[in-house]
Amino acid sequence: MRFMLLFSRQGKLRLQKWYLATSDKERKKMVRELMQVVLARKPKMCSFLEWRDLKVVYKRYASLYFCCAIEGQDNELITLELIHRYVELLDKYFGSVCELDIIFNFEKAYFILDEFLMGGDVQDTSKKSVLKAIEQADLLQEDESPRSVLEEMGLA
Amino acid sequence: MEAVNLLSSNRYTEKQIGYLFISVLVNSNSELIRLINNAIKNDLASRNPTFMGLALHCIASVGSREMAEAFAGEIPKVLVAGDTMDSVKQSAALCLLRLYRTSPDLVPMGDWTSRVVHLLNDQHLGVVTAATSLITTLAQKNPEEFKTSVSLAVSRLSRIVTSASTDLQDYTYYFVPAPWLSVKLLRLLQCYPPPEDPAVRGRLTECLETILNKAQEPPKSKKVQHSNAKNAVLFEAISLIIHHDSEPNLLVRACNQLGQFLQHRETNLRYLALESMCTLASSEFSHEAVKTHIETVINALKTERDVSVRQRAVDLLYAMCDRSNAPQIVAEMLSYLETADYSIREEIVLKVAILAEKYAVDYTWYVDTILNLIRIAGDYVSEEVWYRVIQIVINRDDVQGYAAKTVFEALQAPACHENLVKVGGYILGEFGNLIAGDPRSSPLVQFNLLHSKFHLCSVPTRALLLSTYIKFVNLFPEVKATIQDVLRSDSQLRNADVELQQRAVEYLRLSTVASTDILATVLEEMPPFPERASSILAKLKKKKGPGTVTGLEDAKRERGVDVNGGPEPAPASASAASTPSPSADLLGLGATPPAPAGPPPSSGGLLVDVFSDSASAVAPLAPGSEDNFARFVCKNNGVLFENQLLQIGLKSEFRQNLGRMFIFYGNKTSTQFLNFTPTLICSDDLQSNLTLQTKPVDPTVDGGAQVQQVVNIECVSDFMEAPVLNIQFRYGGTFQNVSVQLPITLNKFFQPTEMASQDFFQRWKQLSNPQQEVQNIFKAKHPMDTEITKAKIIGFGSALLEEVDPNPANFVGAGIIHSKTTQIGCLLRLEPNLQAQMYRLTLRTSKESVSQRLCELLSEQF
Repeated sequence: MRFMLLFSRQGKLRLQKWYLATSDKERKKMVRELMQVVLARKPKMCSFLEWRDLKVVYKRYASLYFCCAIEGQDNELITLELIHRYVELLDKYFGSVCELDIIFNFEKAYFILDEFLMGGDVQDTSKKSVLKAIEQADLLQEDESPRSVLEEMGLA
Repeated sequence: MEAVNLLSSNRYTEKQIGYLFISVLVNSNSELIRLINNAIKNDLASRNPTFMGLALHCIASVGSREMAEAFAGEIPKVLVAGDTMDSVKQSAALCLLRLYRTSPDLVPMGDWTSRVVHLLNDQHLGVVTAATSLITTLAQKNPEEFKTSVSLAVSRLSRIVTSASTDLQDYTYYFVPAPWLSVKLLRLLQCYPPPEDPAVRGRLTECLETILNKAQEPPKSKKVQHSNAKNAVLFEAISLIIHHDSEPNLLVRACNQLGQFLQHRETNLRYLALESMCTLASSEFSHEAVKTHIETVINALKTERDVSVRQRAVDLLYAMCDRSNAPQIVAEMLSYLETADYSIREEIVLKVAILAEKYAVDYTWYVDTILNLIRIAGDYVSEEVWYRVIQIVINRDDVQGYAAKTVFEALQAPACHENLVKVGGYILGEFGNLIAGDPRSSPLVQFNLLHSKFHLCSVPTRALLLSTYIKFVNLFPEVKATIQDVLRSDSQLRNADVELQQRAVEYLRLSTVASTDILATVLEEMPPFPERASSILAKLKKKKGPGTVTGLEDAKRERGVDVNGGPEPAPASASAASTPSPSADLLGLGATPPAPAGPPPSSGGLLVDVFSDSASAVAPLAPGSEDNFARFVCKNNGVLFENQLLQIGLKSEFRQNLGRMFIFYGNKTSTQFLNFTPTLICSDDLQSNLTLQTKPVDPTVDGGAQVQQVVNIECVSDFMEAPVLNIQFRYGGTFQNVSVQLPITLNKFFQPTEMASQDFFQRWKQLSNPQQEVQNIFKAKHPMDTEITKAKIIGFGSALLEEVDPNPANFVGAGIIHSKTTQIGCLLRLEPNLQAQMYRLTLRTSKESVSQRLCELLSEQF
């Protein structure tokens, strides 16, 4: 996978993850172009389109468009499912996720994405193991924060 | 800087934030990079899986070259070590993949590769998924290393596919077992050809059949995710079947399955089915099966609402087109063109043009199609298309009359496109006489028709029309006056555009001054064009990009066309040869039959043909042989001469005054050469100084075969000229005659002699007689590179003496020419002048003629 984008119906970018090093200017240009193309599509049209020399797979969930750009030989349907899997993970973690959750907890969204995908490929497809890893990370964070406060105050 | 500090803290939160910061904001600040790398190294070395995970993540996100250098050795060890946790193994595999993608050369292939293959058997499916991705990419570069993965992949895949839905538990996605892993394994298998081991192959076939069967079963769940996942595996399996291209029944089943999808409710599936069928259409086994779906595809073309699906349908029609359904498909594509989107029109135009040409049995149909094309989508008809139609009309006599008539009728339409005017103008100019008999299309009518469009056209078209008018003057003297009036009018003679003005003035003059004979010669009919690869195909490939469906299927189609016994190439060349083409003879040197030496070699061939006599004993030297000769002065092996029929290669070795040369004659065609006789011709002088001895060669050379001839050479005394090799043979019905100079030169018998600086200068002074020295100052023909010059001098046969000349830029050489009668010592000195790009070459030998000859030979080399 080359990159993954999440943007709203109004054209606001919520999440972007790039798996190939590109300059900032390039990225902005690609995002703008791609958003225009995808937002112009009608609801009944198919989820795949060819853009530049990549294939783009997109799906709309409520008010958010999830867009993945894949290479020529990759399987499009499985990418569609990958998007769905990611949405399921977010759903399980946030409990009935909506766009606001992603806006306010974007770093968690990134962490979940990183656990799920690395370097553009699926790491682990089991929902349980991904969520378990995230929960462990959360626990570590919670453990540390009260202790660190107490340490700073010299009370631990 | 703070972030780097955070990295080294032991607390997870801080570390996490630090890594996040680094991944987002990395740049090539060298100080920080080193510190970051250090921190990462520590984390990797610590056995804490969370920290290792974070570190690997950072490396994967950034993946810069410095990181690759630092860690490319470490990570494989982490990957295959026995005690790493599963989650870390996963991360390590994907991290390695990322590094490999960015810097493939920095990842060494070690003994960890076999261990990675074994990861395919791991319990934890997450690890298997990651490992499969890694192996797929690595196997594309080094297939040999990972060959063992094929059988493991097949067994894993069959276990997954045949497992019940409860087995894999968490990895089952909406009742489909491990779809991502299945897809990845199928991708991995696509990197390799079908397995040779029958057991493995049997298992794979079983597996694929199971997948195909499952697609037929009723779905276990109504959710779209289930069907998507199931179909994802199915499509990947079909790709694999197409890639292997070996099992006919699998191919047919796949084709039928795709056919069912063509009419599915979901647009996604229809799109993918059309795409996969395109690749299927190029396989020979399933081509027939694909053709049965033509009605469905045509229907899709007409009724689909989504433009990308329509586009795929067009691609598929193009792919499945062959002789039997060409007219139908072309007609459908033309009707679609009228309503097609502007963005894809040009592509469709190109495709229609290619198809019409390839499968035209009756060329009148071809002409009709192209004219229709221009009428419907004139703006998108690129230059190549109408050039091609003109080429074909000119090459084919039978269709010229029809073309003229059709074009005439088409031009009568009130609003015709400019491209049509161009084509019409050209064709009427050439062949208007064929329809001039009919009173409806008499010359004056034709002229008026064209002239009515004249002012509506752009400059290039007008220029073309002016040429047509002068051709009319030649063809139809009765309209001469009318045309002259037009040319004389101010709008032409004082036209703002230079080209038009020039043409008008010159044509006017030509028509007034020239007598009918000269006019007729100048404005002769165009000769048939030589057969060339279609530029339209090249343009289409360029548009679609390399390595796409068109490229692949064209290659396969070439096979197919030959199999179908295409009659097109044969009549084309026959008609080209049979047209008497007196016009080919531009200088009117009498009606010579078409030049017998086959299609002329690329450089300057036409001039030679005009001057050559067909039945002469020795054809003049084939053009281009001069160049090859010069190249062979300093080297002994290579291709001496090549044309469309014959290739002559040389390999020679020389020792002292003897030499042996192997001449290889290669027959580049598929027809036999008969009466193949090579002869060596030496002038009298040459014969006394150089003895050549050859063995006879088999007079029949089979198509595609190579014969060898050995020539033994002895140098009796020094010689100036080179022998000529003349080859005569019969190809097809024609008599061929080729001559090239054989590069046996004096320097071949040059033996290098090492000597010290003092000796050199001593001898140099000894040879101070003016006749013994020859000097030449000449301009450098090739770039003045020291290494290349040295190599050439050594190749010439001389020893290159270092540190003899006080000026280090000069080259100094010494050697002895061996002949039967004498040994002649030679000294040479080459002084380059880089600023002026010139050389000064001085040669001193004991014999004047030798100095002369060697200087001549060597001057050509630089």
